[in-house]
Amino acid sequence: MATPQPPGGRLRLGPSPAMAWLFLAPALILLAAWMVYPIIYSIFRSLHDSGGNTFVGLANYGAIFSDPATLITIRNNIIWVVVAPLVVTVLGLIFAVLTERIRWATAFKLVLFMPMAVSLLAAGVIFRLVYEQSPDKGVANAIITTVQSVFSGDQGYPGARPRENEAAPAALQNGAVVTKQPAQPGQPALIPLVGLSPDAVAGFPAAAAPAAGPGLSGTIWIDTVRGGGGTVNQIDPQERGLAGVTVEALEGDTVRATTETEANGSFRFEELTSGSYTLRLPQSNFAAAFGGVTWLGPALITPAIIGAYIWVWAGFAMVLIAAGLSAIPRDALEAARIDGATEWQVFRKITVPLLSPVLLVVFVTMIINVLKVFDLVFIIAPGSVQPDANVVALEMWRVSFGGGGNQGMGSALAIFLLLLVLPFMFFNIRRFRRDER
Amino acid sequence: MRKPAYLLIAALALTTACGGGSETPAAPAGSASAPAAKALAGVKIEVAAKWTGEEQANFEQVLAAFEEKTGADVVYASTGEDTGAYLGPRIEGGTPPDVAILPQPGLVQQYADQNALKPLSAGVQKQIDDNYTPYWKELGSAGGQVYGVLVKAAHKSLIWYRTPAFEDAGAAEATTWDDLIGKTAQTLADAGTPPFSLCGASGWTLTDLFENVYLSSAGPENYDKLAKHEIPWTDATVTTALTKMAQIFGKPDFVLGGASGALQTDFPTCVTQVYGEKKAAMVIEADFVASSATQSGATVGEDAKIMPFPTVGDTAPVVLGGDIGVALKDTEGAMALLEFLASKEGGEIWAKLPGYLSPNRNVSPDNYPSELTKQLAQTIISAGESVRYDMSDLAPSAFGGTDGKGEWKHLQDFLRDPADIKGTQEKLEADAAKSYKE
Repeated sequence: MATPQPPGGRLRLGPSPAMAWLFLAPALILLAAWMVYPIIYSIFRSLHDSGGNTFVGLANYGAIFSDPATLITIRNNIIWVVVAPLVVTVLGLIFAVLTERIRWATAFKLVLFMPMAVSLLAAGVIFRLVYEQSPDKGVANAIITTVQSVFSGDQGYPGARPRENEAAPAALQNGAVVTKQPAQPGQPALIPLVGLSPDAVAGFPAAAAPAAGPGLSGTIWIDTVRGGGGTVNQIDPQERGLAGVTVEALEGDTVRATTETEANGSFRFEELTSGSYTLRLPQSNFAAAFGGVTWLGPALITPAIIGAYIWVWAGFAMVLIAAGLSAIPRDALEAARIDGATEWQVFRKITVPLLSPVLLVVFVTMIINVLKVFDLVFIIAPGSVQPDANVVALEMWRVSFGGGGNQGMGSALAIFLLLLVLPFMFFNIRRFRRDER
Repeated sequence: MRKPAYLLIAALALTTACGGGSETPAAPAGSASAPAAKALAGVKIEVAAKWTGEEQANFEQVLAAFEEKTGADVVYASTGEDTGAYLGPRIEGGTPPDVAILPQPGLVQQYADQNALKPLSAGVQKQIDDNYTPYWKELGSAGGQVYGVLVKAAHKSLIWYRTPAFEDAGAAEATTWDDLIGKTAQTLADAGTPPFSLCGASGWTLTDLFENVYLSSAGPENYDKLAKHEIPWTDATVTTALTKMAQIFGKPDFVLGGASGALQTDFPTCVTQVYGEKKAAMVIEADFVASSATQSGATVGEDAKIMPFPTVGDTAPVVLGGDIGVALKDTEGAMALLEFLASKEGGEIWAKLPGYLSPNRNVSPDNYPSELTKQLAQTIISAGESVRYDMSDLAPSAFGGTDGKGEWKHLQDFLRDPADIKGTQEKLEADAAKSYKE
């Protein structure tokens, strides 16, 4: 805001300083009303309690660094600042350099830039859906589970399990189903399971006791009938057998024999004609299908939201960097190439150094932007993991308006955030000044 | 290097732009009809409530009946979702509406402390004495003065279930908690349908569940004490309630998606999972599930049915939420309107419209348009003195009403780790102590 001062005493050309002030006045008044006053009032307010009447000194600032929930927001902000600006800048650089060389570059850039046209709120809603746990809804998990199912074969019967009561002939042990009483050849073992819905087993053949014959035998079936009823632990006509279940016969802890059930759920160990065995259905029969990654759980929520942020901003970084790239003198690049530099050397030794002012501006701008990230976290993180995903700007809003009702604390957080942003702002402004000179 | 002016502009635009839209509450005017010679002819009354859409239209019909009766001219103003954010500035600016309908009793206390509320006239208090149990009178009071009257209730002691799922599994409604866990839920789980769809991402659904279990197991007196934090959250009655809840939370077969899945499911997605995707059999939430269930394609009363929340202890729990009418100006019109809303006459006009449940014990259940609402109203009347208001809404909002804090957070953590009952109680008590003190 420097008003040019004429050197003392000499006649000045042009209008008087008073005129300059007159023209500046509207802007100054607006700045004072909307920038200076709120900042000063926030500082004042941050020194008072939630009601605003009691002076509490720096207690609110002390609370920022003693409340574990607020410390998590600071931790998350650090993660954001370390990861997001760097990734955005690097991706932007890669896209910018690559799009220089392809046809349809404009179309490509347009597509990458498009997320910028979407409001962060809408982007948040989109990514909330992308990260849904159920592969039917969440694109991320749909891709992962599809790829995964290519590499893993048959899934067995996830969800099937024995009944949980005393009378049930088998029980769960470390994920495997194990009979409680030893089984002997000649007395078919019945292993009733439950936990599969009538619809899931509707197409299966009816369960049947094993045909007469030598050796240890038995049946594994789903012991429930649509609509309830049926005799518990007995094979009823409507009940369905489980085909292809691996059965192990154990003597002590040693597996003596292994077989698989037939279509009607019956199995037979012809080689075991005497002795008494414990039957075990290993866990592999019941392995649950891979359900995808829990993006919206406490562990992955921050990386997931950063992913959404990158989607929005990478295109913007690319456009800025591409503009800088087009300003690089071509002769420098060509001279290097004629001198025999490889493309990688050209990129590292010529392109990046010449681009560094632009890269720095993008990087610092992203840091400022990331420090006050709010919308994406607010929308993508489900309520139950918001404490884990929380950032300072969101916490500021929450304690002041989102139910906390403590605007003293909120003001303290706002000032804290301002202090975090200020150094980068100064840095950016100084750069602009230097560039202008 | 040339001056990157475009950078300056873009970067400044970025660093300064941080737009936040704020809702502008619409204020549709009520139709004016002021025939002469009526008590309040020509009197203008402004009433503010959060209702929009159909709820607003229904309320305006009630207002129209009041206008018809008294000749007053009532204007409805919608506050939007955040009633406090709408009313605060208007109270501060000295131009409050005559009457406001507050969604939380906590606001009654808050505005009474700010001297923004006017004590109700003798006429309104008489209606309250006639039509409500003393509990409700106390709920609308602050510092010994009666300021508010509950005009609309939400019934929170319900379990919604999907009839085909029950039929397929051969499960039946339960009247006791032990039957619910041991028979109904177990039968459903054995038949391959996860019994419960929990809305763990919406913390208030977990507090509602806790309140029902607690009211039933510990009784109304302990409920009142805990709501006022006269007994600590480390009390043995809380241990009992949490132990009961752990019977659901602790069994992965009982919860659709397990705890991790439930914690990512918000309301009303959990309703969709029951009635739309047909993945689970039951959802434990209030009467307003009906609209989400209908949107998911279910027909209330046919494939979407309710059972009263089963008894855990000696009390059949009836927990209500609801909206409280208060006067912000001491005018004849404001008091007349509140008197009308608290009366049998006003309640019965409203009751004939869909989506309304009256806490007024003299409003006959026969007035309601649907069987379901009749059934709900009946449970309120038969529960009589032991009906209670949603406890988390009575607590300071930092404890009972904030996402990611206090009761919401600790019950979510409890859902994640249902073995840690003692730790949950200690964390609840620590936060309660902090926020009740303030």
